[in-house]
Amino acid sequence: MTDYNEKELLKGLANSDKTVIELIYKNSFKLIQTLILNNNGTNDDAKDIFQEALLVLYEKAKTEHFELSCQIKTYLYSVSKRLWLKKLQTGSRYVSQLYGNEEVADISEDIDYYHQKNEEFELMHKAIHQLGEPCKSLLHAFYMQKMNMQDIAEAFGYTNAENAKTQKYKCLVRLKKLFFSSYTGK
Amino acid sequence: MSNDLNLLDAIERYLDGKMGEEEKLRFESMRQQNSEVDQLLVEHSLFLKQLEETGKREHFQSLLHETHNNLANKGVIENTKPSGKAIVVNLFRKYKKVSLVAACSAGLTALAISGMFNAFNPATESKKLQALSREFENIKNEQKHTKAVVKNLQQDINRGIDPNIVFKSGGTGFVIDPAGYVVTNYHVVKGARYIALQSAAGKAYNAVLVYTNPDVDLAIIKIEDDSFKPYKQIPFSINKTAADLAESIYTLGYPRETIVYDQGYLSAKTGYNGDSLTCQLAISAKPGNSGGPVLNNRGEIIGVISTREAAAQGVVFAIKAKHIVAAMDALEKEGKYDLTANNKGNNANYLSGLNRPQQVKKVEDFVFMVKID
Repeated sequence: MTDYNEKELLKGLANSDKTVIELIYKNSFKLIQTLILNNNGTNDDAKDIFQEALLVLYEKAKTEHFELSCQIKTYLYSVSKRLWLKKLQTGSRYVSQLYGNEEVADISEDIDYYHQKNEEFELMHKAIHQLGEPCKSLLHAFYMQKMNMQDIAEAFGYTNAENAKTQKYKCLVRLKKLFFSSYTGK
Repeated sequence: MSNDLNLLDAIERYLDGKMGEEEKLRFESMRQQNSEVDQLLVEHSLFLKQLEETGKREHFQSLLHETHNNLANKGVIENTKPSGKAIVVNLFRKYKKVSLVAACSAGLTALAISGMFNAFNPATESKKLQALSREFENIKNEQKHTKAVVKNLQQDINRGIDPNIVFKSGGTGFVIDPAGYVVTNYHVVKGARYIALQSAAGKAYNAVLVYTNPDVDLAIIKIEDDSFKPYKQIPFSINKTAADLAESIYTLGYPRETIVYDQGYLSAKTGYNGDSLTCQLAISAKPGNSGGPVLNNRGEIIGVISTREAAAQGVVFAIKAKHIVAAMDALEKEGKYDLTANNKGNNANYLSGLNRPQQVKKVEDFVFMVKID
Protein backbone atom coordinates (compact mmCIF):
# COMPACT_ATOMS: atom_id res chain seq x y z
CA MET A 1 0.00 0.00 0.00
CA THR A 2 2.01 2.81 -1.35
CA ASP A 3 0.28 6.11 -0.81
CA TYR A 4 -1.62 5.40 2.36
CA ASN A 5 -0.52 4.38 5.80
CA GLU A 6 -2.64 1.93 7.77
CA LYS A 7 -4.35 4.64 9.81
CA GLU A 8 -5.47 6.50 6.72
CA LEU A 9 -6.73 3.27 5.25
CA LEU A 10 -8.88 2.58 8.29
CA LYS A 11 -10.26 6.09 8.19
CA GLY A 12 -11.05 5.66 4.53
CA LEU A 13 -12.74 2.36 5.25
CA ALA A 14 -14.96 3.94 7.91
CA ASN A 15 -15.97 6.56 5.35
CA SER A 16 -16.65 3.95 2.63
CA ASP A 17 -13.88 5.32 0.45
CA LYS A 18 -13.94 3.39 -2.80
CA THR A 19 -10.21 3.63 -3.53
CA VAL A 20 -9.37 2.44 -0.04
CA ILE A 21 -11.71 -0.53 -0.28
CA GLU A 22 -10.10 -1.52 -3.54
CA LEU A 23 -6.60 -1.21 -2.06
CA ILE A 24 -7.47 -3.39 0.92
CA TYR A 25 -9.17 -5.87 -1.38
CA LYS A 26 -6.12 -6.13 -3.62
CA ASN A 27 -3.77 -6.50 -0.70
CA SER A 28 -5.65 -9.03 1.43
CA PHE A 29 -8.21 -10.99 -0.54
CA LYS A 30 -5.88 -13.64 -1.92
CA LEU A 31 -4.66 -14.59 1.54
CA ILE A 32 -8.19 -15.19 2.78
CA GLN A 33 -9.20 -16.90 -0.46
CA THR A 34 -6.40 -19.41 -0.02
CA LEU A 35 -7.42 -20.01 3.60
CA ILE A 36 -11.04 -20.75 2.67
CA LEU A 37 -10.25 -22.84 -0.41
CA ASN A 38 -7.79 -24.95 1.56
CA ASN A 39 -10.47 -25.62 4.15
CA ASN A 40 -13.34 -27.06 2.17
CA GLY A 41 -14.66 -23.73 0.95
CA THR A 42 -15.55 -22.40 -2.49
CA ASN A 43 -14.74 -19.07 -4.16
CA ASP A 44 -18.17 -17.81 -3.18
CA ASP A 45 -17.49 -18.74 0.43
CA ALA A 46 -14.22 -16.84 0.22
CA LYS A 47 -16.02 -13.77 -1.08
CA ASP A 48 -18.69 -13.93 1.63
CA ILE A 49 -16.25 -14.48 4.46
CA PHE A 50 -13.85 -11.79 3.30
CA GLN A 51 -16.65 -9.26 2.97
CA GLU A 52 -17.99 -10.16 6.37
CA ALA A 53 -14.52 -9.69 7.85
CA LEU A 54 -14.35 -6.28 6.17
CA LEU A 55 -17.68 -5.43 7.81
CA VAL A 56 -16.26 -6.40 11.21
CA LEU A 57 -13.35 -4.07 10.59
CA TYR A 58 -15.70 -1.38 9.26
CA GLU A 59 -17.81 -1.44 12.42
CA LYS A 60 -14.67 -1.33 14.53
CA ALA A 61 -13.16 1.50 12.53
CA LYS A 62 -16.32 3.54 13.02
CA THR A 63 -16.09 3.43 16.83
CA GLU A 64 -14.48 6.44 18.44
CA HIS A 65 -11.44 5.11 20.24
CA PHE A 66 -10.24 2.20 18.29
CA GLU A 67 -6.76 0.94 17.78
CA LEU A 68 -5.54 -1.83 15.59
CA SER A 69 -2.72 -3.75 17.21
CA CYS A 70 -1.66 -5.43 13.98
CA GLN A 71 -1.68 -5.02 10.23
CA ILE A 72 -5.03 -4.81 8.46
CA LYS A 73 -4.17 -7.94 6.50
CA THR A 74 -3.40 -9.92 9.64
CA TYR A 75 -6.54 -8.69 11.32
CA LEU A 76 -8.74 -9.66 8.37
CA TYR A 77 -7.09 -13.08 8.27
CA SER A 78 -7.78 -13.74 11.93
CA VAL A 79 -11.40 -12.62 11.67
CA SER A 80 -11.98 -14.65 8.51
CA LYS A 81 -10.53 -17.71 10.12
CA ARG A 82 -12.81 -17.41 13.13
CA LEU A 83 -15.89 -16.74 11.00
CA TRP A 84 -15.20 -19.66 8.68
CA LEU A 85 -14.56 -22.08 11.53
CA LYS A 86 -17.88 -21.08 13.05
CA LYS A 87 -19.64 -21.52 9.73
CA LEU A 88 -18.18 -24.99 9.27
CA GLN A 89 -19.22 -25.98 12.76
CA THR A 90 -22.80 -24.79 12.32
CA GLY A 91 -22.89 -26.80 9.10
CA SER A 92 -22.77 -29.82 11.42
CA ARG A 93 -19.31 -30.73 10.25
CA TYR A 94 -17.00 -31.49 13.08
CA VAL A 95 -13.91 -29.33 12.70
CA SER A 96 -11.71 -28.29 15.57
CA GLN A 97 -8.94 -26.62 13.64
CA LEU A 98 -8.32 -25.10 10.26
CA TYR A 99 -5.21 -25.59 8.19
CA GLY A 100 -3.38 -22.29 8.09
CA ASN A 101 -1.42 -19.82 10.14
CA GLU A 102 -2.20 -19.06 13.75
CA GLU A 103 -4.61 -16.32 14.70
CA VAL A 104 -2.64 -13.32 15.87
CA ALA A 105 -5.11 -10.58 16.56
CA ASP A 106 -7.40 -10.62 19.54
CA ILE A 107 -10.71 -10.34 17.81
CA SER A 108 -13.37 -11.89 20.04
CA GLU A 109 -14.72 -8.58 21.28
CA ASP A 110 -14.77 -7.09 17.82
CA ILE A 111 -16.75 -10.01 16.46
CA ASP A 112 -19.23 -9.77 19.31
CA TYR A 113 -19.62 -6.06 18.67
CA TYR A 114 -20.14 -6.76 15.00
CA HIS A 115 -22.82 -9.36 15.72
CA GLN A 116 -24.62 -6.93 17.99
CA LYS A 117 -24.50 -4.23 15.31
CA ASN A 118 -25.59 -6.77 12.78
CA GLU A 119 -28.67 -7.58 14.81
CA GLU A 120 -29.74 -3.94 14.94
CA PHE A 121 -29.05 -3.62 11.27
CA GLU A 122 -31.16 -6.68 10.49
CA LEU A 123 -34.05 -5.29 12.52
CA MET A 124 -34.01 -2.03 10.64
CA HIS A 125 -33.60 -3.84 7.36
CA LYS A 126 -36.61 -6.02 8.14
CA ALA A 127 -38.72 -3.05 9.21
CA ILE A 128 -37.89 -1.17 6.01
CA HIS A 129 -38.70 -4.24 3.99
CA GLN A 130 -42.10 -4.61 5.66
CA LEU A 131 -42.87 -0.98 4.95
CA GLY A 132 -43.47 -1.50 1.25
CA GLU A 133 -43.45 1.07 -1.53
CA PRO A 134 -43.41 4.02 -1.97
CA CYS A 135 -42.43 4.54 1.67
CA LYS A 136 -39.31 2.42 1.28
CA SER A 137 -37.88 4.45 -1.58
CA LEU A 138 -39.04 7.73 -0.12
CA LEU A 139 -37.26 7.21 3.19
CA HIS A 140 -34.27 5.77 1.43
CA ALA A 141 -33.98 8.86 -0.74
CA PHE A 142 -34.32 11.28 2.14
CA TYR A 143 -32.43 9.66 4.99
CA MET A 144 -29.88 7.54 3.23
CA GLN A 145 -29.19 9.30 -0.05
CA LYS A 146 -29.78 12.68 1.60
CA MET A 147 -31.77 14.06 -1.31
CA ASN A 148 -33.65 17.29 -0.61
CA MET A 149 -37.41 17.49 -0.52
CA GLN A 150 -37.75 19.40 -3.77
CA ASP A 151 -35.83 16.74 -5.73
CA ILE A 152 -37.75 13.97 -4.00
CA ALA A 153 -41.08 15.56 -4.89
CA GLU A 154 -40.00 15.69 -8.53
CA ALA A 155 -38.58 12.19 -8.61
CA PHE A 156 -41.64 10.62 -7.01
CA GLY A 157 -44.20 12.80 -8.75
CA TYR A 158 -45.62 14.74 -5.81
CA THR A 159 -47.10 18.09 -6.78
CA ASN A 160 -44.98 19.99 -4.28
CA ALA A 161 -42.32 19.52 -1.61
CA GLU A 162 -44.82 20.04 1.20
CA ASN A 163 -46.89 17.03 0.10
CA ALA A 164 -43.79 14.91 -0.18
CA LYS A 165 -42.79 15.97 3.32
CA THR A 166 -46.17 15.01 4.78
CA GLN A 167 -45.94 11.64 3.06
CA LYS A 168 -42.39 11.16 4.33
CA TYR A 169 -43.49 11.79 7.93
CA LYS A 170 -46.33 9.33 7.66
CA CYS A 171 -43.90 6.74 6.37
CA LEU A 172 -41.41 7.51 9.10
CA VAL A 173 -44.00 7.07 11.83
CA ARG A 174 -44.99 3.72 10.37
CA LEU A 175 -41.37 2.61 10.13
CA LYS A 176 -40.75 3.61 13.73
CA LYS A 177 -43.72 1.56 14.83
CA LEU A 178 -42.51 -1.48 12.91
CA PHE A 179 -38.95 -1.09 14.13
CA PHE A 180 -39.77 -0.66 17.80
CA SER A 181 -42.35 -3.43 17.84
CA SER A 182 -39.80 -5.92 16.55
CA TYR A 183 -37.13 -4.40 18.78
CA THR A 184 -39.13 -4.97 21.97
CA GLY A 185 -40.33 -8.28 20.58
CA LYS A 186 -36.75 -9.49 20.59
CA MET B 1 -51.88 13.97 13.23
CA SER B 2 -50.61 17.22 11.71
CA ASN B 3 -49.53 18.22 15.20
CA ASP B 4 -47.36 15.17 15.47
CA LEU B 5 -45.92 15.86 12.06
CA ASN B 6 -45.04 19.39 12.98
CA LEU B 7 -43.38 18.21 16.15
CA LEU B 8 -41.31 15.61 14.33
CA ASP B 9 -40.40 18.19 11.74
CA ALA B 10 -39.26 20.55 14.49
CA ILE B 11 -37.24 17.78 16.12
CA GLU B 12 -35.49 16.94 12.89
CA ARG B 13 -34.66 20.53 12.14
CA TYR B 14 -33.38 20.94 15.69
CA LEU B 15 -31.18 17.87 15.39
CA ASP B 16 -29.86 18.99 12.04
CA GLY B 17 -29.12 22.43 13.46
CA LYS B 18 -31.37 24.08 10.89
CA MET B 19 -33.35 26.19 13.42
CA GLY B 20 -32.96 29.93 13.79
CA GLU B 21 -31.73 31.27 17.16
CA GLU B 22 -35.16 32.39 18.32
CA GLU B 23 -36.95 29.21 17.35
CA LYS B 24 -34.20 27.12 18.89
CA LEU B 25 -34.58 28.90 22.25
CA ARG B 26 -38.34 28.44 22.13
CA PHE B 27 -37.95 24.78 21.30
CA GLU B 28 -35.43 24.18 24.07
CA SER B 29 -37.67 25.71 26.70
CA MET B 30 -40.56 23.59 25.44
CA ARG B 31 -38.30 20.56 25.71
CA GLN B 32 -37.52 21.41 29.33
CA GLN B 33 -41.13 21.94 30.29
CA ASN B 34 -42.62 19.00 28.46
CA SER B 35 -40.93 15.70 29.28
CA GLU B 36 -42.81 13.91 26.51
CA VAL B 37 -41.25 16.12 23.90
CA ASP B 38 -37.87 15.49 25.45
CA GLN B 39 -38.35 11.75 25.34
CA LEU B 40 -39.57 11.85 21.77
CA LEU B 41 -36.50 13.85 20.81
CA VAL B 42 -34.07 11.37 22.32
CA GLU B 43 -35.91 8.43 20.81
CA HIS B 44 -36.10 10.06 17.43
CA SER B 45 -32.44 11.00 17.34
CA LEU B 46 -31.47 7.41 18.15
CA PHE B 47 -33.83 6.12 15.52
CA LEU B 48 -32.52 8.46 12.85
CA LYS B 49 -28.97 7.50 13.70
CA GLN B 50 -29.88 3.87 13.28
CA LEU B 51 -31.57 4.59 9.98
CA GLU B 52 -28.58 6.54 8.77
CA GLU B 53 -26.13 3.84 9.79
CA THR B 54 -28.22 1.27 8.02
CA GLY B 55 -28.03 3.36 4.89
CA LYS B 56 -24.27 3.78 5.21
CA ARG B 57 -23.78 0.11 5.76
CA GLU B 58 -25.88 -0.82 2.76
CA HIS B 59 -23.80 1.56 0.73
CA PHE B 60 -20.62 -0.01 2.08
CA GLN B 61 -21.82 -3.51 1.25
CA SER B 62 -22.77 -2.57 -2.29
CA LEU B 63 -19.32 -1.01 -2.66
CA LEU B 64 -17.76 -4.30 -1.58
CA HIS B 65 -19.70 -6.23 -4.20
CA GLU B 66 -18.83 -3.69 -6.83
CA THR B 67 -15.14 -3.82 -5.94
CA HIS B 68 -15.15 -7.60 -5.97
CA ASN B 69 -16.74 -7.78 -9.40
CA ASN B 70 -14.45 -5.07 -10.74
CA LEU B 71 -11.32 -6.80 -9.56
CA ALA B 72 -12.57 -10.18 -10.76
CA ASN B 73 -13.24 -8.74 -14.22
CA LYS B 74 -9.82 -7.15 -14.35
CA GLY B 75 -8.29 -10.45 -13.33
CA VAL B 76 -6.64 -8.97 -10.24
CA ILE B 77 -8.34 -11.62 -8.14
CA GLU B 78 -8.97 -14.89 -9.82
CA ASN B 79 -11.56 -17.52 -9.32
CA THR B 80 -9.33 -20.53 -9.61
CA LYS B 81 -8.60 -23.05 -6.96
CA PRO B 82 -4.99 -23.13 -5.90
CA SER B 83 -3.43 -26.56 -6.17
CA GLY B 84 -4.24 -28.84 -3.26
CA LYS B 85 -0.60 -29.83 -2.99
CA ALA B 86 0.25 -26.83 -0.87
CA ILE B 87 -1.81 -28.11 2.07
CA VAL B 88 -0.04 -31.41 2.16
CA VAL B 89 3.37 -29.84 1.78
CA ASN B 90 2.62 -27.31 4.51
CA LEU B 91 1.28 -29.99 6.78
CA PHE B 92 4.31 -32.13 6.17
CA ARG B 93 6.67 -29.26 6.94
CA LYS B 94 4.72 -28.30 10.00
CA TYR B 95 4.41 -31.76 11.48
CA LYS B 96 7.61 -33.41 10.24
CA LYS B 97 9.18 -33.65 13.68
CA VAL B 98 5.94 -34.46 15.41
CA SER B 99 5.24 -37.31 13.02
CA LEU B 100 8.70 -38.78 13.60
CA VAL B 101 8.15 -38.79 17.34
CA ALA B 102 4.63 -40.11 16.85
CA ALA B 103 5.88 -42.93 14.64
CA CYS B 104 8.44 -43.99 17.26
CA SER B 105 5.97 -43.94 20.12
CA ALA B 106 3.34 -45.63 17.97
CA GLY B 107 5.78 -48.47 17.33
CA LEU B 108 6.44 -48.89 21.02
CA THR B 109 2.76 -48.68 21.85
CA ALA B 110 1.94 -51.26 19.22
CA LEU B 111 4.40 -53.69 20.81
CA ALA B 112 3.01 -52.99 24.25
CA ILE B 113 -0.57 -53.43 23.10
CA SER B 114 0.06 -56.69 21.31
CA GLY B 115 1.68 -57.95 24.52
CA MET B 116 -1.27 -56.82 26.57
CA PHE B 117 -3.68 -58.23 24.07
CA ASN B 118 -2.19 -61.68 24.51
CA ALA B 119 -2.34 -61.29 28.27
CA PHE B 120 -5.96 -60.22 28.46
CA ASN B 121 -7.62 -62.05 25.67
CA PRO B 122 -11.17 -60.71 25.31
CA ALA B 123 -12.50 -64.25 25.19
CA THR B 124 -12.29 -64.37 28.97
CA GLU B 125 -14.57 -61.37 29.22
CA SER B 126 -17.16 -62.45 26.78
CA LYS B 127 -19.42 -63.69 29.54
CA LYS B 128 -20.20 -60.12 30.43
CA LEU B 129 -21.45 -59.64 26.91
CA GLN B 130 -24.58 -61.26 25.79
CA ALA B 131 -24.66 -62.58 22.26
CA LEU B 132 -27.87 -61.50 20.70
CA SER B 133 -28.75 -64.65 18.87
CA ARG B 134 -32.14 -65.91 19.73
CA GLU B 135 -32.59 -69.15 21.60
CA PHE B 136 -36.18 -70.13 21.29
CA GLU B 137 -37.65 -70.50 24.71
CA ASN B 138 -40.33 -72.86 23.79
CA ILE B 139 -38.88 -75.30 21.36
CA LYS B 140 -42.05 -77.28 21.09
CA ASN B 141 -44.10 -74.34 19.97
CA GLU B 142 -41.41 -73.28 17.62
CA GLN B 143 -41.19 -76.73 16.17
CA LYS B 144 -44.88 -76.70 15.48
CA HIS B 145 -44.66 -73.24 14.06
CA THR B 146 -41.70 -73.92 11.84
CA LYS B 147 -43.22 -77.10 10.63
CA ALA B 148 -46.38 -75.27 9.77
CA VAL B 149 -44.51 -72.53 8.00
CA VAL B 150 -42.31 -74.91 6.11
CA LYS B 151 -45.21 -77.11 5.21
CA ASN B 152 -47.19 -74.17 3.94
CA LEU B 153 -44.31 -72.96 1.91
CA GLN B 154 -43.77 -76.38 0.51
CA GLN B 155 -47.33 -76.67 -0.57
CA ASP B 156 -47.64 -73.15 -1.84
CA ILE B 157 -44.39 -72.57 -3.62
CA ASN B 158 -43.07 -76.09 -3.74
CA ARG B 159 -39.92 -75.24 -1.86
CA GLY B 160 -37.38 -77.77 -0.72
CA ILE B 161 -36.78 -76.99 2.94
CA ASP B 162 -36.77 -80.23 4.88
CA PRO B 163 -39.71 -80.17 7.29
CA ASN B 164 -37.82 -82.44 9.63
CA ILE B 165 -35.25 -79.80 10.46
CA VAL B 166 -35.91 -78.13 13.77
CA PHE B 167 -34.58 -74.62 13.76
CA LYS B 168 -33.79 -73.82 17.32
CA SER B 169 -31.95 -70.57 17.24
CA GLY B 170 -31.65 -67.64 14.95
CA GLY B 171 -30.72 -64.11 14.25
CA THR B 172 -30.82 -61.55 11.51
CA GLY B 173 -28.85 -61.14 8.32
CA PHE B 174 -28.90 -58.78 5.39
CA VAL B 175 -28.00 -58.94 1.73
CA ILE B 176 -24.65 -57.49 0.75
CA ASP B 177 -24.50 -58.71 -2.82
CA PRO B 178 -27.25 -59.08 -5.40
CA ALA B 179 -26.13 -62.66 -6.10
CA GLY B 180 -27.58 -63.64 -2.73
CA TYR B 181 -24.75 -63.20 -0.28
CA VAL B 182 -26.00 -62.40 3.19
CA VAL B 183 -23.89 -61.20 6.12
CA THR B 184 -24.66 -62.11 9.72
CA ASN B 185 -22.82 -62.76 12.98
CA TYR B 186 -20.57 -65.75 13.36
CA HIS B 187 -22.22 -66.54 16.69
CA VAL B 188 -25.57 -66.78 14.96
CA VAL B 189 -24.51 -69.54 12.58
CA LYS B 190 -21.92 -71.20 14.81
CA GLY B 191 -22.35 -74.98 14.83
CA ALA B 192 -25.20 -74.88 12.35
CA ARG B 193 -26.00 -77.95 10.31
CA TYR B 194 -28.71 -76.29 8.28
CA ILE B 195 -29.31 -72.64 7.62
CA ALA B 196 -32.50 -71.17 6.31
CA LEU B 197 -33.44 -67.58 5.60
CA GLN B 198 -36.90 -66.13 5.87
CA SER B 199 -37.79 -62.74 4.46
CA ALA B 200 -40.14 -60.19 6.00
CA ALA B 201 -42.72 -61.21 3.42
CA GLY B 202 -42.49 -64.84 4.55
CA LYS B 203 -40.45 -66.31 1.69
CA ALA B 204 -37.93 -68.92 2.86
CA TYR B 205 -34.69 -70.01 1.25
CA ASN B 206 -32.02 -72.60 1.99
CA ALA B 207 -28.58 -71.16 2.51
CA VAL B 208 -25.04 -72.39 2.99
CA LEU B 209 -22.20 -70.99 5.00
CA VAL B 210 -19.43 -69.68 2.75
CA TYR B 211 -17.22 -67.64 5.05
CA THR B 212 -16.64 -67.22 8.76
CA ASN B 213 -14.38 -65.05 10.84
CA PRO B 214 -14.79 -65.78 14.56
CA ASP B 215 -12.35 -62.98 15.48
CA VAL B 216 -14.60 -60.22 14.25
CA ASP B 217 -17.75 -62.33 14.72
CA LEU B 218 -18.84 -62.15 11.09
CA ALA B 219 -20.11 -64.81 8.71
CA ILE B 220 -21.28 -64.72 5.13
CA ILE B 221 -23.88 -67.14 3.89
CA LYS B 222 -25.14 -67.64 0.39
CA ILE B 223 -28.67 -68.38 -0.67
CA GLU B 224 -28.63 -71.75 -2.47
CA ASP B 225 -32.17 -72.30 -3.49
CA ASP B 226 -33.74 -73.00 -6.84
CA SER B 227 -36.51 -70.53 -6.22
CA PHE B 228 -34.10 -67.69 -5.55
CA LYS B 229 -33.66 -65.11 -8.28
CA PRO B 230 -30.66 -62.79 -7.96
CA TYR B 231 -31.49 -59.20 -7.14
CA LYS B 232 -31.01 -56.52 -9.74
CA GLN B 233 -29.45 -54.24 -7.17
CA ILE B 234 -29.36 -53.59 -3.46
CA PRO B 235 -30.54 -50.21 -2.24
CA PHE B 236 -27.94 -49.43 0.42
CA SER B 237 -24.21 -48.94 0.19
CA ILE B 238 -21.65 -49.72 2.84
CA ASN B 239 -19.97 -46.77 4.53
CA LYS B 240 -16.48 -47.85 5.51
CA THR B 241 -15.52 -44.62 7.22
CA ALA B 242 -16.09 -44.26 10.94
CA ALA B 243 -19.48 -42.84 11.84
CA ASP B 244 -19.72 -39.70 13.96
CA LEU B 245 -20.67 -39.63 17.60
CA ALA B 246 -24.35 -38.89 18.22
CA GLU B 247 -25.19 -39.77 14.65
CA SER B 248 -28.73 -41.05 14.47
CA ILE B 249 -28.95 -44.69 13.46
CA TYR B 250 -31.57 -47.38 13.04
CA THR B 251 -31.78 -51.12 12.68
CA LEU B 252 -34.11 -53.82 11.46
CA GLY B 253 -34.12 -57.32 12.88
CA TYR B 254 -36.07 -60.35 13.99
CA PRO B 255 -36.28 -60.48 17.78
CA ARG B 256 -39.74 -61.89 17.10
CA GLU B 257 -41.29 -63.71 14.17
CA THR B 258 -41.89 -60.40 12.42
CA ILE B 259 -39.43 -57.75 11.37
CA VAL B 260 -38.91 -55.08 14.04
CA TYR B 261 -37.57 -51.55 13.61
CA ASP B 262 -35.65 -49.66 16.27
CA GLN B 263 -33.69 -46.44 16.36
CA GLY B 264 -30.99 -44.83 18.46
CA TYR B 265 -27.69 -43.10 18.17
CA LEU B 266 -23.98 -43.87 18.04
CA SER B 267 -22.73 -43.37 21.59
CA ALA B 268 -19.06 -44.35 21.32
CA LYS B 269 -16.63 -45.07 18.56
CA THR B 270 -15.23 -48.07 20.37
CA GLY B 271 -16.93 -51.11 21.80
CA TYR B 272 -16.74 -53.02 25.06
CA ASN B 273 -13.60 -52.07 27.02
CA GLY B 274 -12.32 -49.97 24.15
CA ASP B 275 -12.58 -52.73 21.55
CA SER B 276 -11.80 -50.99 18.28
CA LEU B 277 -13.50 -53.58 16.07
CA THR B 278 -16.87 -52.45 17.29
CA CYS B 279 -18.69 -49.30 18.23
CA GLN B 280 -21.26 -48.64 20.92
CA LEU B 281 -24.88 -47.82 20.16
CA ALA B 282 -27.68 -46.60 22.35
CA ILE B 283 -30.57 -48.63 21.03
CA SER B 284 -32.71 -51.34 22.44
CA ALA B 285 -31.82 -54.73 21.00
CA LYS B 286 -33.11 -58.12 21.96
CA PRO B 287 -31.82 -61.59 21.28
CA GLY B 288 -32.54 -62.11 17.60
CA ASN B 289 -31.27 -58.69 16.56
CA SER B 290 -27.81 -60.19 16.11
CA GLY B 291 -26.54 -59.73 12.57
CA GLY B 292 -28.97 -56.93 11.85
CA PRO B 293 -27.83 -53.96 9.76
CA VAL B 294 -27.09 -50.60 11.41
CA LEU B 295 -27.98 -47.79 9.03
CA ASN B 296 -27.45 -44.05 9.29
CA ASN B 297 -29.75 -41.24 8.18
CA ARG B 298 -28.63 -41.51 4.58
CA GLY B 299 -29.39 -45.21 4.53
CA GLU B 300 -25.78 -46.34 4.49
CA ILE B 301 -24.75 -49.47 6.34
CA ILE B 302 -22.36 -48.47 9.12
CA GLY B 303 -22.27 -51.71 11.08
CA VAL B 304 -23.69 -55.04 12.15
CA ILE B 305 -25.41 -55.48 15.53
CA SER B 306 -23.54 -58.11 17.52
CA THR B 307 -23.64 -58.03 21.29
CA ARG B 308 -25.06 -56.11 24.19
CA GLU B 309 -23.71 -55.47 27.63
CA ALA B 310 -25.43 -57.87 30.00
CA ALA B 311 -25.18 -55.53 32.96
CA ALA B 312 -26.73 -52.49 31.31
CA GLN B 313 -29.86 -51.76 29.30
CA GLY B 314 -29.59 -50.13 25.92
CA VAL B 315 -25.85 -50.62 25.55
CA VAL B 316 -25.37 -52.46 22.30
CA PHE B 317 -22.22 -53.07 20.30
CA ALA B 318 -22.01 -53.22 16.55
CA ILE B 319 -19.22 -54.45 14.30
CA LYS B 320 -17.95 -51.61 12.15
CA ALA B 321 -18.89 -51.74 8.47
CA LYS B 322 -15.31 -51.81 7.24
CA HIS B 323 -15.06 -55.36 8.54
CA ILE B 324 -17.91 -56.40 6.26
CA VAL B 325 -15.88 -55.14 3.33
CA ALA B 326 -12.80 -56.92 4.70
CA ALA B 327 -14.84 -60.15 4.90
CA MET B 328 -15.96 -59.68 1.31
CA ASP B 329 -12.35 -59.13 0.27
CA ALA B 330 -11.28 -62.30 2.05
CA LEU B 331 -14.09 -64.26 0.43
CA GLU B 332 -13.09 -62.98 -2.97
CA LYS B 333 -9.48 -63.94 -2.36
CA GLU B 334 -10.54 -67.52 -1.87
CA GLY B 335 -11.47 -67.29 -5.49
CA LYS B 336 -14.60 -69.35 -5.31
CA TYR B 337 -17.00 -66.49 -5.34
CA ASP B 338 -17.27 -63.41 -7.45
CA LEU B 339 -18.38 -60.47 -5.41
CA THR B 340 -17.21 -57.79 -7.78
CA ALA B 341 -20.59 -57.61 -9.46
CA ASN B 342 -21.69 -55.30 -6.69
CA ASN B 343 -18.36 -53.57 -6.31
CA LYS B 344 -18.30 -54.67 -2.68
CA GLY B 345 -20.72 -52.24 -1.17
CA ASN B 346 -19.50 -49.29 -3.22
CA ASN B 347 -22.70 -49.35 -5.22
CA ALA B 348 -24.87 -46.25 -5.47
CA ASN B 349 -27.04 -45.59 -2.47
CA TYR B 350 -30.71 -45.35 -3.44
CA LEU B 351 -31.88 -44.33 0.02
CA SER B 352 -30.38 -40.92 0.72
CA GLY B 353 -33.06 -38.31 0.47
CA LEU B 354 -35.85 -40.68 1.43
CA ASN B 355 -37.45 -40.37 4.84
CA ARG B 356 -37.23 -43.18 7.38
CA PRO B 357 -40.45 -45.06 6.59
CA GLN B 358 -39.61 -44.99 2.87
CA GLN B 359 -36.07 -46.19 3.56
CA VAL B 360 -37.30 -48.98 5.80
CA LYS B 361 -39.78 -50.10 3.17
CA LYS B 362 -36.93 -50.50 0.69
CA VAL B 363 -34.51 -52.06 3.16
CA GLU B 364 -36.81 -54.63 4.74
CA ASP B 365 -36.85 -56.83 1.64
CA PHE B 366 -33.11 -57.29 2.09
CA VAL B 367 -33.16 -58.18 5.78
CA PHE B 368 -33.69 -61.85 6.55
CA MET B 369 -34.38 -63.92 9.60
CA VAL B 370 -31.52 -66.41 9.88
CA LYS B 371 -32.62 -69.75 11.30
CA ILE B 372 -30.23 -72.50 12.15
CA ASP B 373 -30.41 -76.01 13.32
